[in-house]
Amino acid sequence: MIKREKHAVTIYTRYERFWHWSQAVLIFMLAFTGFGLHGTHDLLPFQQAVMLHTFSAIALILLWIFTTFWNFTTGNWRQFLPNTKGLFAVIRYYAWGILFGEDHPHKKTLRRKQNALQGLAYLTFMVIIGPALWITGIVYILYDLWNEIPGAADGLFIVAFLHTAAAFLMVTFVIIHIYMTTTGKTPLHYIKTMITGVENVELTEVERAYLQEEHPDRLRDG
Amino acid sequence: MVQIVIRNFHVASRLLSLLLLGLVTGLNVQASGEVELGISEYADTSSAHLKSINDSPIKIRVSSSTADHSEFKELQGPFSSGPEVTEACLSCHNKAGHQFMKGIHWTWEYKHPVTGQTLGKKNLVNNFCTNSRGNEGMCAQCHAGYGWKDETFDFSDQNKIDCLVCHDATGSYYRTPTSKGNAACSIMFEGKKPIEWATVAQSVALPTRSNCGTCHFYGGGGDGVKHGDLDSSLKHPDRALDVHMDAEGLNFSCTECHQGEGHKWSGSRYNMAAKDVEGIGKPGQRRQVATCESCHGNTPHPGNNLKAIKLNGHTDRVACQTCHIPTFARGGVATKVDWDWRTAGKLKNGEGFNIKEYTQGNGEHRATYKSIKGDFKYGENMQPSYAWFDGVMNYTTIDTKFDPANGPVEINSFNGAYDDQNSRIWPFKKMHTTQPYDKGNNTLVYMHLWGNDENAFWGNYDFAKAIKVGMEKNGKPYSGEFGFVETYSYWPITHMVAPKDEALSCSECHAKKGRLSGLKGFYMPGRDGFGWLDIVGYLAVIAAILIAFVHGIVRFVMCKKQVTEHCKGEE
Repeated sequence: MIKREKHAVTIYTRYERFWHWSQAVLIFMLAFTGFGLHGTHDLLPFQQAVMLHTFSAIALILLWIFTTFWNFTTGNWRQFLPNTKGLFAVIRYYAWGILFGEDHPHKKTLRRKQNALQGLAYLTFMVIIGPALWITGIVYILYDLWNEIPGAADGLFIVAFLHTAAAFLMVTFVIIHIYMTTTGKTPLHYIKTMITGVENVELTEVERAYLQEEHPDRLRDG
Repeated sequence: MVQIVIRNFHVASRLLSLLLLGLVTGLNVQASGEVELGISEYADTSSAHLKSINDSPIKIRVSSSTADHSEFKELQGPFSSGPEVTEACLSCHNKAGHQFMKGIHWTWEYKHPVTGQTLGKKNLVNNFCTNSRGNEGMCAQCHAGYGWKDETFDFSDQNKIDCLVCHDATGSYYRTPTSKGNAACSIMFEGKKPIEWATVAQSVALPTRSNCGTCHFYGGGGDGVKHGDLDSSLKHPDRALDVHMDAEGLNFSCTECHQGEGHKWSGSRYNMAAKDVEGIGKPGQRRQVATCESCHGNTPHPGNNLKAIKLNGHTDRVACQTCHIPTFARGGVATKVDWDWRTAGKLKNGEGFNIKEYTQGNGEHRATYKSIKGDFKYGENMQPSYAWFDGVMNYTTIDTKFDPANGPVEINSFNGAYDDQNSRIWPFKKMHTTQPYDKGNNTLVYMHLWGNDENAFWGNYDFAKAIKVGMEKNGKPYSGEFGFVETYSYWPITHMVAPKDEALSCSECHAKKGRLSGLKGFYMPGRDGFGWLDIVGYLAVIAAILIAFVHGIVRFVMCKKQVTEHCKGEE
């Protein structure tokens, strides 16, 4: 058994936090303008909604392209590898254990910042909901390049339908996601972590030594 | 699909007409009732369109003619009639007569190249005064020729062409009915100053709006009656009424857009270019086209920005007019939207009369009842009806049989659908009329309206006689029994182009109850939802919120009971 001890460590690097919060702002913007365009609400004129939606979408796509690059070059992508180990325990915890003061079955480590359910949710977000939105969104935005193909109007219906379906999934995801942030040690604990990047995680001796040598700034408790 | 679109278009238009009805009725209340005895039809075509010395000159294209017509000895006169002037014109312009006689201003006949129907004023029945056929004595005031009063008119005599109605630059030239109508109508020609033929002949110029407007502003029997986007307010429009004709601005004459060559003009609504993919013609390329695109191109919204890209993305499916003419009849002159012939023929002391209960924007009173025509309703600042339109008009002609049980008869209908690449969404004025028809044969009828005889409706007010004679005189079968049928006609709206900042905003159409809510069958962002997907989607969102909420409450309660410690707020 490898010996682990808790340390306050910057687990979310500056870029990860930038990614998260700019993505959050853009997704909020896109959902707000998008559902305005859809007719769900009437809070801003169609023209402004189109402008904001389009520019936010372009910004988000750029962010995602850059982040994908970042994920692969830093090796961070491994954090999102699907892992069913402990999945059931986490589901059971959120449905039941959390209500009775049980400890979270997942212990955050540097190698595995997310629990199995969280990883699966983020993977769904990144490989299904996200791409469904940007792929249909790009096809939608480029309508004028394919609108002369016979049946284009029906095609637009399908594209818009899928885009809207994915948008509903996204909103549902975000609601649950935001609620889940309140399930930390205190209701605001996870939010603080996502802002400061610092979290108490168990480090192995080797990890601690590595951080001390290579990234002393990430070891927040010396 | 076409039928579905058209049917839905009807529903929308019906709602629109209901709305307008309310508007019109509202205005009627304020108007001063005014009863006027006699028939003053001629006076009703006001002279607001006539030239005057105060007219501002055309700013962008000043005529620099190489000839001064006043110096030509051929034009020194004396002339005592129009044909004599024409003869003088043609002695130099020796091809003009042949050119002109091929056009519809002369023939009043048009063979539709797509439908094969024979159209033109000579043949058609409309839902205003119904038919010019057989009533040329009155209607041929707007025939660009002299003396057409019956079928004996010689269409091959070029000296009968009226050059002056289009080319007079003095504003003093006028035309009168070519035959006397009923005695009751004779008042209409009185008090006119004689035409000084030589002066007029020497002052010829290219046509201006007042020339074309002499007839085209007064179609349907009065100012603005027919089109809704053409009336005497376009004589001196400001920029808000029409950016191109703006008297203080571009001051376009009609022919700036209705480009012509050889006395043949572009832009007839019988067969329109509903979508012009050619755009701007380079020198040497086509010029004879009246579309907006022929000057503005197919990407008319300037700039390299998202807004311009988005707007230009609409031009393939939405006619320019749809966004750039937010309302029509907005120059202070009303247009007729409803006409009921059934009530025609009421008399006061044995005499026909007019009731003027509508006061239009410019303050003039308009007849809401005329003994010779029936009851009318007017509209101003009207929102058009919208429909997919491919430019081809189909007509219910005098020979077309219809089934009155199928609802209102469409005097003209058109093709067009969202999945037809040649169609675009166009704005229309929709005219509703209740007019006579042949009950036995189920056809429209020609009425004998004009004439100094006992059968003419205008003077004798007898539908039975007027229809019988109207049909017989023109060799059309008549069952002998007439009834009244509801009709619709559709008038593409293309004038009264507003300044660009007055163009429709996106949400005028991209909204659940927007201007295009009547067009079905295709997805439009902002207008259409996704039925069950929306329900499932909203339910999912609500469910997520509920789950979070309930879960949160339970957590909170458990914490309060000190089972857990989440609510302590301590790190």
